[in-house]
Amino acid sequence: MDEELAICKKALPFYTTRHHLIPVLQELQSKIGYLPEKVIVEVSRHLRVPASDVYAVTSFYDQFRLQPLGRKRIAVCRGTACHVRGAPQVLREIETITNLKEGETSPDLEYTLETVGCIGCCALAPCVRINKEVFGEMSRERVAELFDMFGEEDGNA
Amino acid sequence: MPKGEITILVCQGTGCVSGGSTELYSLLEAELAGAGAGNVRLKRTGCHGFCQQGPTVVIGPERVFYVKVEPGDAKEIVAAILAGGKPVQRLLYRDPVTGSIIPHYHDIPFYREQERVILRNCGNIDPEDVDDYLAAGGYRALTRALKEMTREEIIEEVKRSGLRGLGGAGFSAGRKWEACYRASGDEKFVICNGDEGDPGAFQDRSVMEGDPHSILEGMAIAGYAIGANKGYIYVRAEYPLAVPRLKTAVKQAGERGFLGRNILGSGFDFDIEIFQGAGAFVCGESTALVRSIEGYRGLPRPLPRPRTSEAGLWGKPTLLNNVKTLASVPHIVLQGADWFAARGTERSKGTAVFSLTGKVVNCGLIEVPMGASLRKIIFEIGGGIQGNKAFKAVQTGGPSGGCLPAEMLDIPVDFDSLTSAGSIMGSGGMVILDENTCMVDLARYFLDFTQRESCGQCIPCRLGTRQMFTILDDITKGQGRPGDIELLVELGGIIARGSLCGLGKTVPNPVLTTIRYFRAEYEAHIYEHRCPAGVCQM
Repeated sequence: MDEELAICKKALPFYTTRHHLIPVLQELQSKIGYLPEKVIVEVSRHLRVPASDVYAVTSFYDQFRLQPLGRKRIAVCRGTACHVRGAPQVLREIETITNLKEGETSPDLEYTLETVGCIGCCALAPCVRINKEVFGEMSRERVAELFDMFGEEDGNA
Repeated sequence: MPKGEITILVCQGTGCVSGGSTELYSLLEAELAGAGAGNVRLKRTGCHGFCQQGPTVVIGPERVFYVKVEPGDAKEIVAAILAGGKPVQRLLYRDPVTGSIIPHYHDIPFYREQERVILRNCGNIDPEDVDDYLAAGGYRALTRALKEMTREEIIEEVKRSGLRGLGGAGFSAGRKWEACYRASGDEKFVICNGDEGDPGAFQDRSVMEGDPHSILEGMAIAGYAIGANKGYIYVRAEYPLAVPRLKTAVKQAGERGFLGRNILGSGFDFDIEIFQGAGAFVCGESTALVRSIEGYRGLPRPLPRPRTSEAGLWGKPTLLNNVKTLASVPHIVLQGADWFAARGTERSKGTAVFSLTGKVVNCGLIEVPMGASLRKIIFEIGGGIQGNKAFKAVQTGGPSGGCLPAEMLDIPVDFDSLTSAGSIMGSGGMVILDENTCMVDLARYFLDFTQRESCGQCIPCRLGTRQMFTILDDITKGQGRPGDIELLVELGGIIARGSLCGLGKTVPNPVLTTIRYFRAEYEAHIYEHRCPAGVCQM
């Protein structure tokens, strides 16, 4: 059995009803990184929910991903406070640096560029979240510094 | 070495954590251990509200307030405490207007003008330590409710307090409780709505992170009053810090007998489960939220339908209240409806919590009595506009609210005054805009948000928001046409009347209020092809 199905087999027994559909998808996504088709089918069989319904739920909620994501998930906050303090410029700068548009993942799976409704760090606007870390008071210059830092980290690794 | 107990409060809210306060805490811990300072207590707390100045540290009992503290400052802070003398001058707060140093927390204008009821514990207690909550008077309200009050008395008290739903709609909390209490059914539920989706708002997040037990206590009291044995907290997906804090709180409350079976020997059972949302703005709507917990797409139920209080989660009577509403309940039970109702205006009682953000000097989380004027909030607590720019407007209520101009600065902030001005109280987002903000661009921004978040179920909302967005997008690109303003107003009216849920009904508000108060700006874009604020490229 492949690794992803093994993860499913281990996680699924803790979930038993339709009420658990979103939590089980969340757990599997956090372990696998995204939700491949075979995982959706496994969840469907286990919870006895039609696969089309499981798919419908994954496509409705922003959190779920059907494609693998980059190692660095960049989320530019598009909350109101961030917007009025220059989030669009920050997004454009990151798009230029990574050569990605919002919603895209780089072919080498290094970066995924997303936007997010609001991180809730409005006092530090504009904000960018990379994986779980929040970076506040961003500007075009600070974005450039941040990516320079990533370049160095990777060089040392 | 100074005498008496000294507490060091280190903020661990999302804002301060992003500034390095986790590392700061570990370094302070190491410094204190090295110095053998037994009478100094180091404490992690939730958000102090003044996130812009973070990471913040408060040193008791005088409550010396350090701002923008870096991990490297730990050594100096501990040395200053051990010397028992002067605080570290360079870390003290400096008033941005006068430039003078204000060493103490309670003297800083940002805090001095606030009245903290819901946020009372935020920043003062360790959210991961139930004993700290107990020491601050926690769970006394639950004890009182279970041992001294009947269910009817609790509902009467909540009704008499005048508490209104702080999620935005402002429906009387007591009447909602009563409806659930009266609804027939042997199984009922309490849901805490922590799906704070409004962009530019973080007050619910701060309460969940900073004072989670107050929510659990409010929910348990609500459960007892209406006859529910199970509660859910629906937490927004983007709040990773709130979830573990709530889970820890639920576990600790269970261990101490404040949740679980036979609470405090009363025979009342109540359990709470944390449910994480998965990223859908519409799930803040009650029927959509319920469907999400059930494991479906979060589609609001069309009217006519029974109220959630009669047929909610799995068709059972369900009480759905916002985080702040439930966190207010322990105060009402413990200190009485009269105490609570002494704050606020004729029809809006108690306090309101706002996330004060945007182009204001002091950004952060604030709490004021209902009825405080916008001017007081923005200019006294907020310290005015950044960079001596001119105030242009204040946006309240997020994508469902509106923008109010300078002429409205003196209206009292309460449910009814904001509604009659064309905006709404909302969940508590308050974004300050200055002369460099383009109102058409802002309206376009909100419609961009709502057309992405429309669930797509009903046509006025799904297609209407798309059309409004396209028109606004054209205007901001200098391609507006004569008649566009009238078209937006007409479309707005149709969407508001024809949509089936609260999201659709309020979607046009940001556009309609900006047209109402800033029509000249729209006209400049359409007829003169220029953006007076210099934001739109055309």
